[in-house]
Amino acid sequence: SKRSLNFVSSIGVTVFTKRVENAGSEPVSKVLLAFPNIQAKNLAAIRAFGTEGKVKGLSSVLPIEVVEPSGVPPELTFFSASLHKPLQKGKILHLDVLTVFTHFLQPFPEEITQADSQLVVFQDSSHYLSPYPVKVQTLSIRLPGGRVESYTKYGNTKLVDSELKYGPYEDVPPFSYNPIIVHFENNNPFAVAKELIREIEISHWGNVQITEHYNIVHGGARLKGEFSRLDYQSRPYARGVSSFRHLIARLPARAHSIYYRDEIGNISTSHLWSDSKKTQLEIEPRFPLFGGWQTTFTIGYGLPLQDFVFSADGKRFLNITFGSPMEEILIEKLIVKVVLPEGSKDIDVSAPFPTNQWQEVKYSHLDIAGRPVLVLEKPDVIPEHNLHFQVYYKFNNISLLIEPMMLITGFFLLFVACIAYMHTDMSISKNSPSYLAKLQWDEVQATVQQIQGIFHQCLAVHDKLETSLHDLSRTGDAKSCKAARKAADAQFKELAKELKPLLLSVQSSPQSYQIWPKLDDLVAKERELQDKLMARHATVVDSVEKKQRGQDIENRISSQQQKIAALRQEVESLLEYLSEI
Amino acid sequence: MAAAILAMVPSYISRSVAGSYDNEAVAIFALVFTFYLYVKTLNTGSLFYATLNALSYFYMVCSWGGYTFIINLIPMHVLLCIVTGRYSSRLYIAYAPLVILGTLLAALVPVVGFNAVLTSEHFASFLVFIILHVVAFVYYIKGLLTPRLFKMAMTLVITVGLAVCFAVVAILVALVASSPTKGWSGRSLSLLDPTYASKYIPIIASVSEHQPPTWPSYFMDINVLAFLVPAGIISCFLPLSDASSFMVLYLVTAVYFSGVMVRLMLVLAPAACILSGIALSSAFDVLTRSMKFQLSKLFDDGPAISGNGSPNGSSASTVNTSSSKNEKTEKSEAAPKEKQSKKNRRKDKEVTESVSVKPKKEKRLSVLPLEASIVSTLLLIALGGFYVVHCVWAAAEAYSAPSIVLTSRSREGLHVFDDFREAYAWLSHNTDVDDKVASWWDYGYQTTAMANRTVIVDNNTWNNTHIATVGTAMSSPEKAAWEIFDSLDVKYVLVVFGGLVGYPSDDINKFLWMVRIGGGEFPHIKEPDYLRDGQYRVDAQATPTMLNCLMYKLCYYRFVETDGKGFDRVRGYEIGKKHFKLTHFEEVFTTHHWMVRIYKLKPQKNRIRGKLKKLKSSSKTSSTLAAGRKKNPWQ
Repeated sequence: SKRSLNFVSSIGVTVFTKRVENAGSEPVSKVLLAFPNIQAKNLAAIRAFGTEGKVKGLSSVLPIEVVEPSGVPPELTFFSASLHKPLQKGKILHLDVLTVFTHFLQPFPEEITQADSQLVVFQDSSHYLSPYPVKVQTLSIRLPGGRVESYTKYGNTKLVDSELKYGPYEDVPPFSYNPIIVHFENNNPFAVAKELIREIEISHWGNVQITEHYNIVHGGARLKGEFSRLDYQSRPYARGVSSFRHLIARLPARAHSIYYRDEIGNISTSHLWSDSKKTQLEIEPRFPLFGGWQTTFTIGYGLPLQDFVFSADGKRFLNITFGSPMEEILIEKLIVKVVLPEGSKDIDVSAPFPTNQWQEVKYSHLDIAGRPVLVLEKPDVIPEHNLHFQVYYKFNNISLLIEPMMLITGFFLLFVACIAYMHTDMSISKNSPSYLAKLQWDEVQATVQQIQGIFHQCLAVHDKLETSLHDLSRTGDAKSCKAARKAADAQFKELAKELKPLLLSVQSSPQSYQIWPKLDDLVAKERELQDKLMARHATVVDSVEKKQRGQDIENRISSQQQKIAALRQEVESLLEYLSEI
Repeated sequence: MAAAILAMVPSYISRSVAGSYDNEAVAIFALVFTFYLYVKTLNTGSLFYATLNALSYFYMVCSWGGYTFIINLIPMHVLLCIVTGRYSSRLYIAYAPLVILGTLLAALVPVVGFNAVLTSEHFASFLVFIILHVVAFVYYIKGLLTPRLFKMAMTLVITVGLAVCFAVVAILVALVASSPTKGWSGRSLSLLDPTYASKYIPIIASVSEHQPPTWPSYFMDINVLAFLVPAGIISCFLPLSDASSFMVLYLVTAVYFSGVMVRLMLVLAPAACILSGIALSSAFDVLTRSMKFQLSKLFDDGPAISGNGSPNGSSASTVNTSSSKNEKTEKSEAAPKEKQSKKNRRKDKEVTESVSVKPKKEKRLSVLPLEASIVSTLLLIALGGFYVVHCVWAAAEAYSAPSIVLTSRSREGLHVFDDFREAYAWLSHNTDVDDKVASWWDYGYQTTAMANRTVIVDNNTWNNTHIATVGTAMSSPEKAAWEIFDSLDVKYVLVVFGGLVGYPSDDINKFLWMVRIGGGEFPHIKEPDYLRDGQYRVDAQATPTMLNCLMYKLCYYRFVETDGKGFDRVRGYEIGKKHFKLTHFEEVFTTHHWMVRIYKLKPQKNRIRGKLKKLKSSSKTSSTLAAGRKKNPWQ
């Protein structure tokens, strides 16, 4: 058996490679794997690949489950990998087991100053803890480089570059345990998300919106004493080596509308690169994170719908990665919420590993029934869990139109209500004196408007007479001038005829006591004005016909002229007064 | 017009950033609305509007302390109306309900309470209320009696009224004189006497908004309105009505108040906008009317001139500038031809026509030449355009950037200084929820909101003693400051330091106020100890007290190591004391540009251990400092 441990990152990764030979007589269908309880508690992922025969490659994933065989020490937890077909006697199986442990490395000392590098310690057994006898086994530990403070020397132990090798040990009995301790420097970012809430909201208008709320803490050795910005800025590698200030998120290609903020606003320190294959977002928290410091932030981005939601067999399904897009981050509690559009039915999920699941309802704008939310919760999520999972649901495209239709109907009804309101008479009593008075007043106003129109026509006729006089002064054509006067006379008569019934109706109305005198006045003045105009017109035309001199004409009509002007002014001011009512 | 101008006046925009607004933004609306309703009541004499007026006054009282401006300005106007003989029943309706309802409603607001009847700010309104009643009574009697009887009654009423008035005034004066501040609150006094605040209430004077403004700030805040306002005053006087006299009074008082405090530019802005609106609209009115008149004449004359061809025709069109003049020409000319006279007659009629359309006004009005009116219209439009450009610029550049995120333009582009939020985020995530933070009060609200931590003093400057305590701690030496902060249960001290990047409004520049306010409450802080030749200096000439105070130490701790000299970019010189260590505080966080530095009080244990070493050498010195503390078991 070969075992290699990789501590290059902050999360411990172990790979065993085993050659298993069935030494018994019965065919074996299961292989047991044992871990001490302390380690099993922190086991984030375990995966086994089996290859029968000698040829490597073509390995297949083996299903793994927790078992409790009888007659074994209680301090151990057992997993059993079931083989696809039983291993016959004498046959050999290559078994690769990948395990990932969190919190495998303990910082020691637990508190360091800004200038110190972070030292971590880890404990394990130099022998593989196996329920079976092991013929030959080795252990190799890959360290991140840098200083190695101490390690337990046991038997054949070598430290070559940054790789620590134990073994080979031969003929080790089952359940043999030989503790080793390695104490070494590890300045990798110990980014731990205490909690990550990923909300995936599907909109069938063409967008998958992802919002991720992070609560990140530096999980390494705690900072003790002062933090000096001066030291951190002037010698960042010597002073502040244990801190980290960047996190890199690999987002899917064609991610758009990316934002990075926290509860007090946008954080301006981020960079984004994108090409056709991926989008890389480098974010910098507001401050560098030292051991024990924490911060919260939110990133969000939109993805095109057609890249992640597909349909098959009358159902739609979302196919998207489960974990965080951040590199090298351990998530202690991951909650994934998939918000499906309103009206989705038959929701079903298939995840590559067990999760806690339940459903919620989320209300957004214009929702009636609410959107179904599928919540998946998983503790201790590592980058190895970044696999695709699928959510199946049924959704009818017609449902898309519900909300716009609702808005359209709402506004339509509002406008209809407005129209109806404007056209209905909301007064309570049709017989009350004030209502009647108002009706009468409206009537009077309408009539007065008509009267005004007539007077304006009259004034227009006056103007026509004036122009005819003007023309006369230029051309001396007295005939056409006379004709004009005749026409005007006819028009005046017609207008007077029209005016009569209107005036009568105003006079009869009880509401007209205010305006009647004015109106009366107006009629009289206008009549006078008409007469004067006609008279003057006649005089001028006559005198032109008699070939009198301009001066004489002027003298003859000058008195009339002044009166006409005064009358005209009065008429106009009266008209204005009426129009103001 | 005024509404359009008011909608974008920079002074008002400064009170709202990106859609969020200050309470003053609400208050100015309430202020203008109250004035509008007052004028409306004055014009209509409707009791309905008077009630609305009282309600909007209540709204104003709820929103801002500046309501005292209303309750003094309106009585002033009422008094003005009475003195100038403009008393009417409308005035009574406008004023009496406002005083009674308004005072009752104002007393409902907790902050105001009984102040609404007790402080001197409100006395003017009651005094005018009494005077108004006396005058109303006089007018009432005048209406009832014959002139002779009236004269007798008048003398009687005046003697009685004067006696009552004197009695009331005497009582008031006695009451007022008995209180030390003459019944005025400090803020009002600092308005009436601009030097009052700097003498007695340094905390009011310490706010930059409470300083007297400079001329550029007038131009910045109200721009071209400053030039239009005098024109507006003139057009207010043309027909002087109750409303326009109110406007003028409002403007005059607002100009005075804005001259005392920058912040009250806010009160000036609406007045300036309204008057400029009046000025612009009356100018446009005159110009467009004369243009219209000239144009209509031009078009009417056009065919006549071409048909006539005589030189008289053209001369008539230019001479014809006013109706009176026109008549004169007509009479003097004694036109040789009949045609000419008819044309003139027609023209005359035309003038009288246009006069009759707008009666009275136009008769007095002189008509401007066409070219001049077109040019001046264009100039006015250009002026308006300039105002719009300025407002947009001011809104974009000066008022849109939040003061918490600073930017600077360099060759590489925009550089963002987001240090404040960096520090607040650090505080909120990496300190205990119960920890208390001490900083100068300017940062109090920000710390509470963004860092979610309890602060010792904040922007509510009601409690002067607390601010003075923090000011004292900042200006004390380290040990004394530690004791003050420890007694306040403070864990962290936050200082703002601009010396590295040149951010001028930092704590060292505000330090004089800390000394003054602290010294106001605690006499052992003496301002002259910090002054060298009457100036606050932190360079080599600074006083030892200055160089040993906490503020200096917290700001410049290890600052010299950045460039080796300790050159302060705000003050423009090297600092006085370069190498020193902190004994009672430790640096826990400094932001990227050093603008915010957060220190933690060292725990007590360390301090006593430090003392122990001293104890071994000289046991006598320990007693003074350790006296108030818990005794060390080994002592």
